[in-house]
Amino acid sequence: MNFSTPPYLAQNVSVQRVMLQVLAALLPGIAAYVWLLGPAVLVQLVVASACALAAEAAMLRLLGKPLALYLGDGSALVTAWLIALAFPPLAPWWLIVVGVLFAIVIAKHLYGGLGQNPFNPAMIAFAVAIVSFPALMSQWPPVDTNAGFVDQLALIFGLAPRIDAMSGATPLDALKTALKLGEGSVSVAKIVADTSTYGQLAGRGWEWVAAAYLLGGLWLWQRKVISAHAPFAFIGGIALFAGALWLWNPAQFANPLFHLFSGGTMLGAFFIVTDPVSGCTTPKGKLIFGFAAGVLAYLIRVFGGYPDGVAFAVLLLNICVPLIDLYTQPPIFGMKGKP
Amino acid sequence: MLQLFKFKGGVKPDTHKAPSLQQPIGRAPLPPRLIVPLHQSIGGIPNPLVEVGEYVLKGQCIGSADQWLSSAVHAPSSGTVVAVEERVAAHPSGLPTLSVVIETDGRDQWIERSPVDYQRLAPERVREILRDSGVVGLGGAVFPSHAKLAAAKSVAMDELVINGAECEPFMTCDDMLMRERAEEIVRGAGIFRDLLKPKRVLIGIEDNKPEAVAAMSAAVRELEADYAEFEVIAVPTRYPAGGAKQLIRVLTGKEVPASRRSPEMGVQCFNVATAYTAWRAIAHGEPVISRIVTLTGNVDAPRNWEALIGTPIRDFVALGTPQADTNSYLMGGPMMGFELPSLEAPLVKASNCIIAGSKTLFPPALPEMPCIRCGACAQVCPHELAPFEMYWFARARNFGKTQEYKIFDCIECGCCSYVCPSHIPLVQYFRFAKSEIWSREREKNKADAAKARFESRNEREERDKAEKAARLAKAAAAKKAAPVVSESTASAAPAAAAAVDSASEAQAAKQAAIAAAIERARVQREAVQPKNTDALTIAQRKEIEQIEARRAPLQGATSSTDTASQPSPKEEQ
Repeated sequence: MNFSTPPYLAQNVSVQRVMLQVLAALLPGIAAYVWLLGPAVLVQLVVASACALAAEAAMLRLLGKPLALYLGDGSALVTAWLIALAFPPLAPWWLIVVGVLFAIVIAKHLYGGLGQNPFNPAMIAFAVAIVSFPALMSQWPPVDTNAGFVDQLALIFGLAPRIDAMSGATPLDALKTALKLGEGSVSVAKIVADTSTYGQLAGRGWEWVAAAYLLGGLWLWQRKVISAHAPFAFIGGIALFAGALWLWNPAQFANPLFHLFSGGTMLGAFFIVTDPVSGCTTPKGKLIFGFAAGVLAYLIRVFGGYPDGVAFAVLLLNICVPLIDLYTQPPIFGMKGKP
Repeated sequence: MLQLFKFKGGVKPDTHKAPSLQQPIGRAPLPPRLIVPLHQSIGGIPNPLVEVGEYVLKGQCIGSADQWLSSAVHAPSSGTVVAVEERVAAHPSGLPTLSVVIETDGRDQWIERSPVDYQRLAPERVREILRDSGVVGLGGAVFPSHAKLAAAKSVAMDELVINGAECEPFMTCDDMLMRERAEEIVRGAGIFRDLLKPKRVLIGIEDNKPEAVAAMSAAVRELEADYAEFEVIAVPTRYPAGGAKQLIRVLTGKEVPASRRSPEMGVQCFNVATAYTAWRAIAHGEPVISRIVTLTGNVDAPRNWEALIGTPIRDFVALGTPQADTNSYLMGGPMMGFELPSLEAPLVKASNCIIAGSKTLFPPALPEMPCIRCGACAQVCPHELAPFEMYWFARARNFGKTQEYKIFDCIECGCCSYVCPSHIPLVQYFRFAKSEIWSREREKNKADAAKARFESRNEREERDKAEKAARLAKAAAAKKAAPVVSESTASAAPAAAAAVDSASEAQAAKQAAIAAAIERARVQREAVQPKNTDALTIAQRKEIEQIEARRAPLQGATSSTDTASQPSPKEEQ
């Protein structure tokens, strides 16, 4: 029997449309990335996408879910792209594959598939990779040794030796190491002025990639695909702690802008902490989630042993989501100001 | 200018209202047969007052309200009753409902109408007239209006809201009614005002109906002397601004939660068409036998029609000439209406709009995907609920949790389903959860009642046992005492005689008490009986006649004074 139910009208929206808009919002960042480091990242995106779709299809088949309906929803592609963009651009191809497989098979499908995963799959992939392969995950190509595309391909596919010249640290990591080595005798200003790693705001070139992510994120916000709560609370959390420590000791702590335009801040703010599935759902909950993730990310990246803290911060907050949601339910119509 | 408030959430679907606004309200032709369901409002099911073969006049009451929360039903035209039987109803279930089928004679002859000057009547009487005229909420909820026309005892009525918002897409019946019959709407609202005595009367109309706003404003201006506290207000167009609670919020800033009734907060709300029918009922003596119905959608001639209640929908839709690819018909708007299970169903008081649907107009629902917790539903929920949370719990059949998330505050407006990117029929899940909760509650009540019955029976048995034991003990004690008495007086006979005497005295007293009780019961019965025979259904009347017929010979034989003194219901009529 054909049971039709109201409402009979529907807005022209779908999961696929949401995901495609997220992918579109990543394009400016990808463009800036390519401009900065050459087309290597495109190769990684292709590898990640192909692997994600294959893994998704295999899992859907295994779990007996309709392939046609789910494979096209775009969610696997979003995970894949975020992994490709979060991993070092010249990481070996299998590292990306390991990350994507872990994200799609374990973090997503074994938890129930689309909409059911408590943890952000891309961040799970990042955490697994950085814990298991810390050296590979810390090798970032310096922006000025612009190797040719062929060399990049050789590196990605393991056809050339991974010589040190091709790998450095991220600007964020470099600063931390320099400060540690200086043991309080060098100031942030001196390090930034002395090395060519840094530009106007943060890492030279990288600051533009971050700005492009910001642009894409603002577009998502303007399109109402994401709400402003989590991203701005995240940025606020980082800025507040960075600002406080910078005001207290500007020689040993980089300014807030440096932190906002370094590492995974912008990508995390607009594409990770905004993940609806693993994030909070109430407005107040989103603020708490974003702010706490920002604070944790800052603390881990400045005081912890990892080059950046976004992944761990987000995963830790993912655990807290049910609790935060439970205690931040807004009062309903007619019940405001009542217990 | 009044300060307006906002309600959160809401959506803005395409309105599709223009096509049915091109023509004035037409008078739908008299169909050869009218099918009038008796149950057309919230509350009790009216008793049928007519039987097959009876000739009825237009406006004659054919179903009387069976309780306070109920509403009378009338013959929409003159003709002969050809059936009183179960007929398919305009309801999503397609289940039949007891209906009176009238073959119209084309004369459309009115019963004698008796307009009243309501200002000289007691409010109680006005409410009775409204009930007996079948005035119910014509916005679609069909709640008996008279039951809403009493202010709360402890709270003064601040505002009376007259709802002309009409936020559902496609629907234009209220719009046209306001354009063409504004004065009568205002006068009807005046009746409500006089019963409720509010400080202000606010007529809210969505600002996409400037003609209706102008017409209503002009009517209020013209009638000014008696309607000084009336104000016509254009409210922003946003579905569901026409929801009673949303309109109250927009016009007064008050938020009425599900747990409270609006008069407790000093506000009450009526639809414009309800006000219009109230005026017709009071000032013209015309019960509700027709209403304005929008016929639109996939038809060649969309228009508003004043159609008789009971008009078969098949006859009605023919007026608009449905296009060839029409595959469904909706009753109500596309947001909260439902697909008609059959065109044999008749128009009822709740039928504000009939929309012919097609694949292009209402594309089939897309396959349901898992919820991604995007929260779009929560953003558009006008009651600020968390639909996705309720959905998770409804799916998991964790109904206690759905209640914690206030599922009964959900008005089923459909905004959540409208915006859901996963195409989840959220409203269906909520209806499912609500009906499960209701049925569980019914079961529980039943079980509780059974338990109470069982316990009281046990108690009674215990009590009886105890009493019996006490009686036996007493008797034994008396037996023991008797010899003592005989011993002391040394003459047993008189004592025994005295004992016998006292026993027969007690017996006589008992007899008298029984007789008195029977008499009391008889008097009581007599006092009550006329009320019971006031509005008997045809079936009941027949049954009584049969019983009386059987009883007559017996009565002749025994000529019991008791039964003879009882007036038979037949005599009384």
